[in-house]
Amino acid sequence: MSPTADLVVAENALELRGITKTFPGVLANQSVDLTIRKGEIHALLGENGAGKSTLMNILTGLYTPDAGKIFIHGKEVHIRNPKDAIASGIGMVHQHFKLVEELKVYENIIIGWKEQGWLLNQPVLVKHIADLSARYNLPVDPNITVRDLSAGQKQRVEIIKMLYRNMEFLILDEPTSVLTPQETEKLFVYLREMKTQGKTVIFISHKLNEVMEIADRVTVLREGRLIRTMDKDQTSPKELARMMIGREMETIAKIAIDKEVRREPVLVAEGLTAKGDEGQVALKGVSFTIEKGEILGLAGVSGNGQSELAEALTGMRPLEAGTVSLNQKEIKGATLHFIQAGISHIPEDRIGTGSIPSFSCIDNVILKSYRKPPIRRGWTLNHRKAEEIGGRLLKEYDVRMSSPNTPIKLLSGGNMQKLILAREISCGPKLIVAVHPTYGLDICAVEMVHNYLIQEQKRGCAILLISEDLDEILTLSDSIAVIYKGEMTSKKHRNDWTIETLGCAMMGIPYQTEESADVTN
Amino acid sequence: MDLRTILWIIGMGITAGTPLLYAAIGEVLAERCGVLNLGLEGLMLMGAITGYMFASLTGDKWIGILAVIVISALLGAILALLMVTYRTNQVATGIAFTIFCTGLSALIGKPYIGVVATDTFKKIRMPFLDGVPMLKPIFEQDILVYIAVILCIAAWFFVYKTKAGLHLRAAGDNPATLDSLGVSVYKVRYIYTIVGSILAGIAGAYLSLAYSPSWIEGMAAGRGWLTIALVNFALWKPQNTITGAYLFGIFYALSYRLEAMGIAVPSYFLRMFPYVLPLVILILVSWRAKQKGSIAPKTLAVPYLRGSK
Repeated sequence: MSPTADLVVAENALELRGITKTFPGVLANQSVDLTIRKGEIHALLGENGAGKSTLMNILTGLYTPDAGKIFIHGKEVHIRNPKDAIASGIGMVHQHFKLVEELKVYENIIIGWKEQGWLLNQPVLVKHIADLSARYNLPVDPNITVRDLSAGQKQRVEIIKMLYRNMEFLILDEPTSVLTPQETEKLFVYLREMKTQGKTVIFISHKLNEVMEIADRVTVLREGRLIRTMDKDQTSPKELARMMIGREMETIAKIAIDKEVRREPVLVAEGLTAKGDEGQVALKGVSFTIEKGEILGLAGVSGNGQSELAEALTGMRPLEAGTVSLNQKEIKGATLHFIQAGISHIPEDRIGTGSIPSFSCIDNVILKSYRKPPIRRGWTLNHRKAEEIGGRLLKEYDVRMSSPNTPIKLLSGGNMQKLILAREISCGPKLIVAVHPTYGLDICAVEMVHNYLIQEQKRGCAILLISEDLDEILTLSDSIAVIYKGEMTSKKHRNDWTIETLGCAMMGIPYQTEESADVTN
Repeated sequence: MDLRTILWIIGMGITAGTPLLYAAIGEVLAERCGVLNLGLEGLMLMGAITGYMFASLTGDKWIGILAVIVISALLGAILALLMVTYRTNQVATGIAFTIFCTGLSALIGKPYIGVVATDTFKKIRMPFLDGVPMLKPIFEQDILVYIAVILCIAAWFFVYKTKAGLHLRAAGDNPATLDSLGVSVYKVRYIYTIVGSILAGIAGAYLSLAYSPSWIEGMAAGRGWLTIALVNFALWKPQNTITGAYLFGIFYALSYRLEAMGIAVPSYFLRMFPYVLPLVILILVSWRAKQKGSIAPKTLAVPYLRGSK
C-alpha cells in the first residue's frame, strides 16, 4: 500500500458483481455486488444463514456461483476451484481450521505449495517459516504437531499458511469464535499489522462489537442479499444491528434470580475422572455441585474436557473414578439409569447424539417416553398415541416442519433444537446438561432456547450450561466455573467474574496484569 | 531345534513374507490416502495368473512382470473409478471385486494348470557365503526379495520426506484441507489406489513365478486378506511392513516345518496358525488404539466429496 493511499481514492482490489447462488430450496446469495478496497479491513456482517460463508466459499472456489462475475484489480477472473482462488491470491482462514492435526506445523504450511520442490528439506523450511512468523509477529513453533496447539495457535498457523503463499486477500471466517478475549485482542493486533504490510483483510463476523473495533468498512448481509456497505465511522452498532436482523433488536431481559427457590444441592459430582476418545485423561478429578434452580455456566475453550464432562454426567462415558449423585442418590451404570433419575441432555451434536437423523420428528420427540404407557402397549408401540402425544409436543414447542413424519435431518438447526428441547424438557428433568445449546442458531432461535432454559430454572431445575459463548454464559448463569485441561475452577457468583479473569482462567494462567497475561508462547 | 533349523526357518519366512511385503507396502500407501482397498486378494490372483501366463507364453519372466504391472494398473484404475469417483462403499466394492477376480483368474488359468513355465525367479547363488553355509538360507534369495526390501525403504522415504508423500498423508487424514489448498484429492487417491494395485499384482506374480512356480486356482490362499491385517499391525507406517511381513512369513514356515518334524499336533491346526495370527493382531491393535488413541488415517474408507463433511 502506498503511504498516500488514505489521501487518494482507494483502489478497488476485489469486486463481486451480481453473485447468485442457490442450493436446493435455498437462495443463499441473491445478486450480491461487493467491493473490497486494497489494504482495508472489510467486515462482512450478518446472521447465521445470511449468506456470508457461501459468498466467501465462492471466492475461495469451494462453490461455483450460478451467476455473477468476480474482478480482481479490474480484471475478470474465473474461480472454479481452490487452485484458481490461490492463484488469484485469495486465501481463507476457515472457522473450522483446515489443518491436518496429525502433521507438524511446517508440514501443514507447505501442503500444496507450488514452489516447493519434491524433496522436503526440514531445517530450511523451519527456518523460513520462523522468519516469516517473526516478520509478522505471529509466534509459532514450526516443529510442533498441530494436534498439540491451542485454538489461538492453530489460527496463527492458518494465517502464516496464507502469508507463506503470499496471498493478497485474507478472508477470516468468524475468527474469534474459538478464541478467548485476550487471544481476540492479539488477533486484532496481527490483522492491523498485516494491513500495514499491504494485505487486504475480509473479516466475517456476527459480533457487532468486534466489527466496530477492527473494521474500516462494513458490509451487512441479510437473507442472502447485500443490505449496504458503509464506512465504520459513519454507522453505529445500533444501525448495524437493525440492518442485520431487519428489525430493532430486543435486549434480552436480564434474569431476576428467583431467591424464593430453596437452595439445596441437586447434583453433586465428586472427583470425576474420565478418559477422552483418544485415550488421554480428559477429566482430572472434577468436583462441583449445582443447586436447585441454579444455572451453572461452564466456560472454557473447546476440547478442555467439556464434552467428556457432559457425557460423564449423562452416563454416556464411563468414569475411571468419582461419583455422580442426584438428590443424594448415586447414579451409575447404563445411560438409562441417568435418564430415569431425571437428567436431561441437550447434546453438542444435534444430529449424531441428539437425534436419529432418518427417524421422523414424531419418533424423535418420543424417544424418551416410548418405554412407558400410554405409548407403550404391552411389548408393542401405540402409534396413534405416539402421534397424538408427539404431535402435541411439536406444536407446543413450535417446531416447524412440512409434516410430523418428516425425517428430522431435513429440519433447520433451530427447529431441530426446539424438537430436542421439547423431548428433554417435557419429561420434567431435575438436571439439564446443555452443551452449546445455541451454537449456529439465529438470533430468534437463540432467544427461544434461552427462554426455555430460564423457564426450567424457575421451575427449580438445576442446569449445567456448557458454552463457548461468554456472552451467553454471562447472560444466563447464576454462577460460573471454568474448565481447563480437564480441571475445573471452583464456581463463583457471576458478578465475581470479569471478562479478563474468565479469559485468564480459560487459558489456565493466573490473572495478574495486562503484561503478565501475555500468551504468545 | 538347532541354529541351522532356525536360520532355515527365518530364510524360508523371508521368502514366504515377500508377497505380503509387496502387497502391504501398496496397501499402506492406499490406506494412508484414505482408500481401503479390499480387492487385494483378487488383485493377487489376477497378478499370479497374468504373470504366469505371460512368462510361459514368452518364456521371459520379466515380460510376465511387465504384463502384471499393466493389467494391475488397469484393474486399480477401475477400483479407483468406483471407490473414488463414484464413491461406492469401499468394503462392498473390494469384496465384490475379489469374488469377480477369483472367478476370472480361474477361468483364464484353466489351460495353465500343470503347464511348466520355463523362466521363473531363482534364488541367487552367493559363492562368497560358501564359508558360512548357515547364512545361505537367509541371504540367498531371488531378486524380487531384494527389490521388496528396497521398495520398503523407498516407501518410508517417500511418505515422510517428499512433498508428494506429504500430500498423500494429508489426503487420508484431512482431504478437505488438501482440497482447499488446491491439491486434487481425487488425483492423489487415484494414484495410490493404482500403485497399491500394481504392488498387489506383483505380490501375486511372486507366488506363481518365484514362491511356488506354477498356477493353482485360488493360490493367493487368503494372503490378500492377511495383508489387510498386516497393515493394521504396521500401524500404517511403511517402514513397519517389513517386520510384519517377515513375521507372518516365519509363522508360515514354522507351521510347515513343525508339520514335517512330525509334531503330534494335527497338521490342519498348524496350518491354521498364520490365519489366527491376524485376529490376534487386530485385537492387539484395537486395544492399543483404546489406550493411546487410534492412528488409523482419519478418513480411511470415507469417500471425499467437496463441500460435504
